[in-house]
Amino acid sequence: MHNKVHVRTTINGEPREFLCEPRQSLLECLRDVLGLTGAKEGCNDGNCGACTVIMDDRIVASCLVLGVEAEGAAITTIEGISQGSRLHPIQRAFLQNAALQCGICTPGFIVAAKALLDREPHPSEERIRTYLANNLCRCTGYDKIVRAVQQAAASEEVVR
Amino acid sequence: MSDRQYAVVGTRPVRHDGADKVTGRALYGADFQAADLLHGCVLRSPHSHARILRIDTSKAMALPGVKAVVTAADFPQGPDRMVDLGDGDVPISYVRGNLLASGKVLYRGHAVAAVAAVSQHIAEEAAGLIEVEYQPLPCVLTAPEAMQEGAPLVHEDLKTKELGQPTDRAGNVAEHLRFAMGDIDAGFAAADVVVEREFRTATVHQGYIEPHAATALWNNDGRVLIWCSTQGAFIVRDVTACVLDIPVSRLKVTPMEIGGGFGGKITVYLEPVAALLSRKCGRPVKLVMTRKDVFEGTGPTPGSFIRVKIGARNDGRITAAQAYLAYEAGANPGSMVVPGAMCIFAAYDIANVAIDCYDVVVNKPSTQAYRAPGATNAAFAAETVVDEIAEKLALDPIEFRLRNAAKEGTRRADGPKYRRIGCVEVLETMKQHPHYNAPLEGPHRGRGVAVGFWFNIGFPSSCNISVNADGTVNLVEGSTDIGGSRTSIAMQAAEVLGIAAEDVNPSVGDTDSIGYTSMTGGSRTTFATGWAAWEAAQDVMRQMKERAAKLWGVDPAAITAETGLFRSGENKLTFRELAARLVETGGPIVGRGAVNPKGAGGSFAGSIVDVEVDPETGKVSILRFTSVQDAGKAIHPSYVEGQMQGGSVQGIGWALNEEYFMSSDGAMLNSSFLDYRMPTALDLPMIDTAIVEVPNPGHPFGVRGVGEANIVPPPAAIANAIYRAAGVRMRRLPMNPPAIMEAIWDQRD
Amino acid sequence: MAEVHIPAMLRELTGGRAMVEAAGSTVREVVEDLERQWPGIRERLVDGTRLRANLSVAVDGEVSPLGLAEAVEPLSEVHFVAAIKGGAPT
Repeated sequence: MHNKVHVRTTINGEPREFLCEPRQSLLECLRDVLGLTGAKEGCNDGNCGACTVIMDDRIVASCLVLGVEAEGAAITTIEGISQGSRLHPIQRAFLQNAALQCGICTPGFIVAAKALLDREPHPSEERIRTYLANNLCRCTGYDKIVRAVQQAAASEEVVR
Repeated sequence: MSDRQYAVVGTRPVRHDGADKVTGRALYGADFQAADLLHGCVLRSPHSHARILRIDTSKAMALPGVKAVVTAADFPQGPDRMVDLGDGDVPISYVRGNLLASGKVLYRGHAVAAVAAVSQHIAEEAAGLIEVEYQPLPCVLTAPEAMQEGAPLVHEDLKTKELGQPTDRAGNVAEHLRFAMGDIDAGFAAADVVVEREFRTATVHQGYIEPHAATALWNNDGRVLIWCSTQGAFIVRDVTACVLDIPVSRLKVTPMEIGGGFGGKITVYLEPVAALLSRKCGRPVKLVMTRKDVFEGTGPTPGSFIRVKIGARNDGRITAAQAYLAYEAGANPGSMVVPGAMCIFAAYDIANVAIDCYDVVVNKPSTQAYRAPGATNAAFAAETVVDEIAEKLALDPIEFRLRNAAKEGTRRADGPKYRRIGCVEVLETMKQHPHYNAPLEGPHRGRGVAVGFWFNIGFPSSCNISVNADGTVNLVEGSTDIGGSRTSIAMQAAEVLGIAAEDVNPSVGDTDSIGYTSMTGGSRTTFATGWAAWEAAQDVMRQMKERAAKLWGVDPAAITAETGLFRSGENKLTFRELAARLVETGGPIVGRGAVNPKGAGGSFAGSIVDVEVDPETGKVSILRFTSVQDAGKAIHPSYVEGQMQGGSVQGIGWALNEEYFMSSDGAMLNSSFLDYRMPTALDLPMIDTAIVEVPNPGHPFGVRGVGEANIVPPPAAIANAIYRAAGVRMRRLPMNPPAIMEAIWDQRD
Repeated sequence: MAEVHIPAMLRELTGGRAMVEAAGSTVREVVEDLERQWPGIRERLVDGTRLRANLSVAVDGEVSPLGLAEAVEPLSEVHFVAAIKGGAPT
């Protein structure tokens, strides 16, 4: 039996605490300990972006962060993007632009796109592609994803 | 363009499963939870070819937290026999052998044993404690190597099937087939220009972002319950039942949402192994592949060696075409070289054709389908040679293709004549497209085109529709949804019923709750399951009319229905109004459709691409890309565009960077997303699309499957563009920077 | 009589002919008639009661899911083609 560490953190604005082994990644803690399965494991070595979460105002690959590192941090996952029962403009734009096919990469993209628009409300196409370069999508070819982010940026209701 | 006007078909509603997918609520295979769930880990061979001398699982079993360990010895034992799992007869030992190796391991990554434990970490630790003694054997890694006399044998008992007939010849060639028409020698003799070239392509992977995941519970009542990500719940059921020797009725497969497949998640890898583990310990067991497992232990698409020879007259008419294709099947026969051979000249009307194709086993993972399997390799070869000939004849590349384009009535090399197809329309659309006519200025820039074909398939599908009292309907169908198909299926039902797409609640059934449905693949889903939905909706309409007839005291034949309004004389009721009165007129209405349709129309696709080649580094930038494809009828244009864009980008990755980089002893050295380099958002421009609609006479709405043909032309189009940009003809895939630089330097010497 | 197109690999059984005529109102009957004319050909096409697993039959350009049971008209074109599936389960 491995000794577990007691972690206190904030997830999607709510104080949360959990026990985890030191060797468990934040991604594992979110999915297996806290039941937040929106972040996905695509590669477990930081190269696909499917596990993207926001940690203290920057995006991270949660597979490369240890669960114990969440102590005292503020984390936003895909589960915290919509505003109550209202979809965030980015989520709406993804749906309207058919910017997803299988949807496995979508949570990571939406979190990353939100982080981008929070700091750069009107990014150029090249800026969008650069910022999202670590989020792999195999289904869409990225065209409609970029258009969705452009549409969300143009929408006046983007919430900071 | 098909000019029939529809109310729902052709519109762009938001997909029904959209909210769940953008909020992270949708549950994929690895998200499945259950009480007492155990986590599994698969131990895989480090050798590409070796005899298994001994497996000792005792230390693994002794680790606290480990509940079960299985090997091939846990399969039902008995004499080998042939089984037909939908792809022709294959020895059951090959099927079981790829799930858990017995006797020999045939590729690095071949599964050898599996563990179930209380945590993923303990399962991994335990797998590391399983002792396997191997006797390494020499390996073969490419088709030409494996075809040589005296090459190490992957399967000692494999005998070559020669032109459809079994022989006694042992070797690594599983099959040699030939397609021929006309008189090939006379054809070449009549040509003014003949070009013959050889091509090689590397192994590539479908690259789905979600690794395979499955949970199995061998329940106390003897039923085996499975939850998994799959392109075919019924395939999982049938294969698992077969290898475990249990009746299909004992299995229930619930498909979870699936994170990409592209053909690679039709094959069954985990479910029977999870079931064996669960049987041993009585608890549900979840097996999820790591990314390394996916690269090394699933089914990439074949590397290949292809020789193409084409002859043409000065007036632009092709007089003869010959091809030799040898594809690496990986460890087990079945490389999709045959569809490749059938597609290689499919865009052209050629009287004299001779194609020889070879399915060759090698010590690599057993290859599986990847989006138009076999056709992309073939088109890379053929469309490059076509480009060369057009250049020699000083003809525009599209014009040259138009002079030889396949049409209705053209005979293909494998025999049948085409029915109505859109090759000419696709070429004309390319020719007139603004992209093709835009000036391309600047040094080291060039434009290339290519076309490709895929047959598309029919196969069985089932669908039930039940009418709700509020005028909406529930639709259950059997096609797991990899890309939004439940919506295009719902739209086809909505069109027949005369209601809005939003008033259909589509869902994907499990194997207990919906009729048999074949896999989501082969570009069949919108076509065949859409047809099943169409039939189910027709059944509902027939019953609705009977109810209205009861209410109005008229003959059902006197009732018309249009866009949701039932009428007879002065009587009228909307679908919604009539739906509210079903109980009083006889009870619930359930419509059903079950089809196994003919008439899947083939789809032609074209790529136009502008590239810039950096002469110092060999890097190829895609400046502009247009995908053109015949969809027959685009049910939901956004998702048709999405298929075209997605397939094109996979083709771009295949062309420029993706490959299994193999060591000389058969290890994949780049089994991660860092080094198996798939395109990112930063590598690409927008992908423009032009949907051509030459309706398929074989479908109620004219649908042709669009999922696949779009991946076929991009590598050839990019090769043709590189030629115009850098003056070098590339004949190997991938055309990565070192390869381009070598070609440029060779040319300078 | 239906026009039966003989795949390259079977032409040795039909004296090199790429196209032969055969009578029958179903593919099964056509195969029987082919066997009468060219003994040995049935075994290459049929396995027990169904078409060999690696073959499909296309009548008038349409691959038929009914296989041997598919109807054949007097002037139909019949082809035996390699079976195309979307992917393999193994």
